[in-house]
Amino acid sequence: MGTTSPEAKELDSGARSPGSAGRVNPIVYFVSRYIFATDHKIIGLQFLFSSLIWMAVGGLLALAVRWQLAWPWTDMPVFGPWLFADSGGTITPEFYTMLFTMHATIMIFFVVIPILSGAFGNYLIPLMIGAEDMAFPKLNMLSYWFMWPAFACMILSFFMPGYGPAAGWTSYPTLSALIESAPGSGHAQTLWTLGLIFVGIASMLGSINYITTIIQMRAPGMTMFRLPMTIWAMLITAIIQAFALPVLTAALLMLLSDRVLMTGFFIPENLSVNNAEGVAGGGQPLLWQHLFWFYSHPAVYIMILPAMGMVSDILSCNSRKPLFGYKPMVYSICAIAVMGFIVWGHHMFISGMSRILAVSFMVSTMLIALPSGIKVFNWIGTLYGGRLRLSTAMLFAIGFVSMFIIGGLSGLVIAAPPVDIHLHDTYYIVAHLHYVLFGASVLGVMGSIYFWYPKMFGRMMSEKLGKLHFLLTFIFLNGTFYPMHLLGARGFPRRYADPYEMEGMAELMPMNEFMTWCAFAMGATQLIFVLNFFGSMLFGRRAGRNPWKANTLEWTAPSPPPHGNFDFQPVVYRGAYEYSHPEVVELEGDVDYFPQTAGSAAAVSESQEV
Amino acid sequence: MSRFWSILFFAVPLLAIGVYLAAAFGAGPFAGAWMPESYSEAGDTIDHLFNFIHLICAGILLITGLAIGWILWKNSNAGSDKPALFVHHNTRLELFWSIIPAFILIFIAFYQMESWAENKMNRPQIEVGGESVDKPPMVLVRAKQFGWEFHYAGEDGLVQTADDVYVENILVVPVGEDVVLQLESRDVIHSFFVSELRLKQDIIPGMVQFAWFHANKTGELEIACTELCGWGHYKMKGLMRIVPREEYDMWIEQQTLAYQAPMAVANETEEENGGGTP
Repeated sequence: MGTTSPEAKELDSGARSPGSAGRVNPIVYFVSRYIFATDHKIIGLQFLFSSLIWMAVGGLLALAVRWQLAWPWTDMPVFGPWLFADSGGTITPEFYTMLFTMHATIMIFFVVIPILSGAFGNYLIPLMIGAEDMAFPKLNMLSYWFMWPAFACMILSFFMPGYGPAAGWTSYPTLSALIESAPGSGHAQTLWTLGLIFVGIASMLGSINYITTIIQMRAPGMTMFRLPMTIWAMLITAIIQAFALPVLTAALLMLLSDRVLMTGFFIPENLSVNNAEGVAGGGQPLLWQHLFWFYSHPAVYIMILPAMGMVSDILSCNSRKPLFGYKPMVYSICAIAVMGFIVWGHHMFISGMSRILAVSFMVSTMLIALPSGIKVFNWIGTLYGGRLRLSTAMLFAIGFVSMFIIGGLSGLVIAAPPVDIHLHDTYYIVAHLHYVLFGASVLGVMGSIYFWYPKMFGRMMSEKLGKLHFLLTFIFLNGTFYPMHLLGARGFPRRYADPYEMEGMAELMPMNEFMTWCAFAMGATQLIFVLNFFGSMLFGRRAGRNPWKANTLEWTAPSPPPHGNFDFQPVVYRGAYEYSHPEVVELEGDVDYFPQTAGSAAAVSESQEV
Repeated sequence: MSRFWSILFFAVPLLAIGVYLAAAFGAGPFAGAWMPESYSEAGDTIDHLFNFIHLICAGILLITGLAIGWILWKNSNAGSDKPALFVHHNTRLELFWSIIPAFILIFIAFYQMESWAENKMNRPQIEVGGESVDKPPMVLVRAKQFGWEFHYAGEDGLVQTADDVYVENILVVPVGEDVVLQLESRDVIHSFFVSELRLKQDIIPGMVQFAWFHANKTGELEIACTELCGWGHYKMKGLMRIVPREEYDMWIEQQTLAYQAPMAVANETEEENGGGTP
C-alpha cells in the first residue's frame, strides 16, 4: 500500500507541465504528450478513441452482413460499386465470409476488450484507488504501442487476396491452417494471426500493470473491501487475462508455425485441400478448439466483468443507495472468474470431443449461471427503495441489467447439450452472444462514457441527446437481435452468405429484412452519440469536480485531473457506497452522499460550502 | 418522465415472451420462425427440453423484468424529501436467491442428461451371436468443400468394402429403423445438420464420428453444413429422403446397377486390368 514518491513523478519523461509547453516546439509537445504518453489518463483516452474508431469500422462490416442477409446478391449501396465495380456492387461469397470474420475479430479484440480494460481500466484504476499513476507507466505506454502493430496487421490483411481473413473469428483449422483451403486463408490469415499475437501482448502488459497497481498503490485507508466494484472487476479481469492469454498466444504461435514453418500441430495426416499437395500432418484440429476456447471463454468474462463493475457503481450512485450485497457481488465476480476456466467445453458439445466430457462441462456451465444470477438480483436490490436519478448513464445501466437478463437466460438454454445439438451454429447463438456483448457490454460501455465523460473532458454531455440515443439504441438493438432467437429455433445457420439457398429458410426473409432495417436505424442512431461526444467537448456545461455527487475518489480530483491526478493526498475512511447515510442526510441542505475521503459527517458539510 | 422509462422496461419481458408465444403458435409474421416439425422421438425429447428450459427462463424474466419496471414506476411518485433506503445487504434474501436458483440449475442439469446420452452416447446395438455390439454404420458420409459423398453399405452390410454404393448429395434412409452414419471429412471441418431430426455433428478431418437417428416419419429433408468450411459454405447442402424399407431396398438396388463405387472400380481396374462394368 502507498503511493509513488514525488521523485518518480519527476522522472516521468512523458509529462511536461503545461507551463513549460509554451517554450517547447508544438510538435515535440504533441509527440511527448500524446505519443510517448505515460500518463494513465492519456493512455486511457488513446484506447478509448482507437476503440471507438474501430467500433465504427466493425459496425459498418456488420451492416454489410445485414444487407446481404436481407437482400442477398443485390447491389450493396455506397461501398458496393466502389469495391465491386465489375458486378455493380454485389457482394461475393468470399467477401461475405471476410465480413463476419472481421466484424467479430474487430469488435472483440479491438473494441470491447480494449475499451473496457484499456480505456476504462487505465483511466479509472489509479483515480479510483487514489494513486498518482499506474505502477509501471512505461509498461503502460508499451501496452498501447503494441496495439498499433496489431492495427497495421489487420488493416493490411484487408488488402490481401480474398479481401481479408475468412475463417471466422474462431479460425478453426484446417480452414485457417491450410493456405489453399479458402481465398482468405493466405497472407490475410497469417496477418490475422500475427495481429492477435500483438493484441495479446498488449493485454498481457496491461494486466500485469493493473494487478500490481491495485494491490500496491491504494491510498491510505483504501482496504480491499472499500474498493469500488469497478476496481474489483478490473482486478479480477486482469487476473483472468494473465492466466488465459498465454494459452491463446501459444495456440496462435502454433497456428503460425503450421502455416509458415510447415509443422503439423493442427493438421491431420494425408489431408489434401483443393487438390493441393499434401502436407506433413500428424496433428489434431480439435487441439486448436480446446486451446482457443480455453482463452476465449474466460475472454467472455473479460468482456463483461468490467462492465458489470462500472454498472454497479453507476446504479448505486444514481439510486442514491448503497450497493446491495457488496460482498456477495465481490464473491460472485471471483466465482465467475474461477469457474470461467472450467466451462470452455460448452462451445464444443458437438465438436467431436469426448461426449462424456460434455456432461461435466454442462454441469459447470449450469453452475456458473448462479453467480451471474446473484449479481442480477443484487442490482435489482440496489434499485429498490432508491431515489432514482434517471440520467442517461443510469438508463444505460438499467438497460444493461435488462439485456443481460435476456442474454444470460438464453445462455441457460444452449448450456443444455441436447438442446445445443439443435441450436449450435444457428442464429440462436448469434442472438445470445449479441445480447451479452452488445445488449450488456456495449450498453455498459455507453453508460460509463456518459458517466465518466465529465471527469475525462471536464464538461457534461447533453442529457437530451443522450436519452434520445439511449431510447433509439435500446429499441433498435432489440429489433435487430431478438428475432435471431426465433431464426435459431428454426435452424437458420450462421455464416451463410445466402441462407435462402435452403428451401426451408426462404419464408424467413421478411423477418431478416425487418432486422436489417433495425440494424441500419441503430447504426444511424450512433451519429447522435458522435455529435454529443464531440459537441460536448466544445459546448458542454462545465462539470466541476463532482457533478453526480458521487462518493468514489476520482470525483474529488479536478475535472479533468492533471498529471499526478490529485491536488491533495486522498485518505480513505469508508466504503464507496455510503449514499443516503443517516449521518449525512441529517445535515442541512440536500446532501445524501458520504465521500470516501470524508472523515466525518461534519467534513461533508464543510466540503459543501467550498 | 420516470413513468415513460418504466413502461419501456415493463415492455421488455412482456414483448419478449409475447413474441416467443406468437412464434410458437405460428401467428402472423412469425409463421415458420420456430422449431420445425420433429421427425424422431429423440427430437421430441429435445423439443420438450427446449420448451421446458424456456418456460423456466420466462418465469425468471417476468420476475426480474417486472421488478425493474415496477421500481421505476414507483419512483415517479417519490419526488418527496424521503431519503433512499439505507441498507447494505440482507443475508436471508441473499441465501434465498442463491439457494433456490441453485436447485433449479442442478435440476435442469440432471433432467437433460438422459437425452444427451440417447442422442450422442448410447449408440444403437444389435445382437451378434448372443452378444450386443454397436450397430455398424449404414452409410459412410464424406464431407468435402462443398458437398456430401455418401457411400452406402452394400449387401455385406458394411461400409468401406468393395460393394459400397456411391451417391453424391442424396441420402436415402429407411423409416422406423436405427440408422447409424459414419462421418468423415476430406478437407476442413464440416458439420452434418438435419434440423427436423435434431441431428448435428461436427466432422473433424482425421477423425471418425458416428451419428445416429431413428426417423418415425417419411419425408424429404435438407442437410446443411453448419461449420464454416470456406466461401461456398452456404451452398453445401444435401437432400435426405426418409422412405419405407421396401422403397429403400428398391432404390439401393437401382443404384447398385447404375453405378459402381469408385473404390470398387479402382480395385477391379487393378486386378482385372479394366474389366469392371460402368
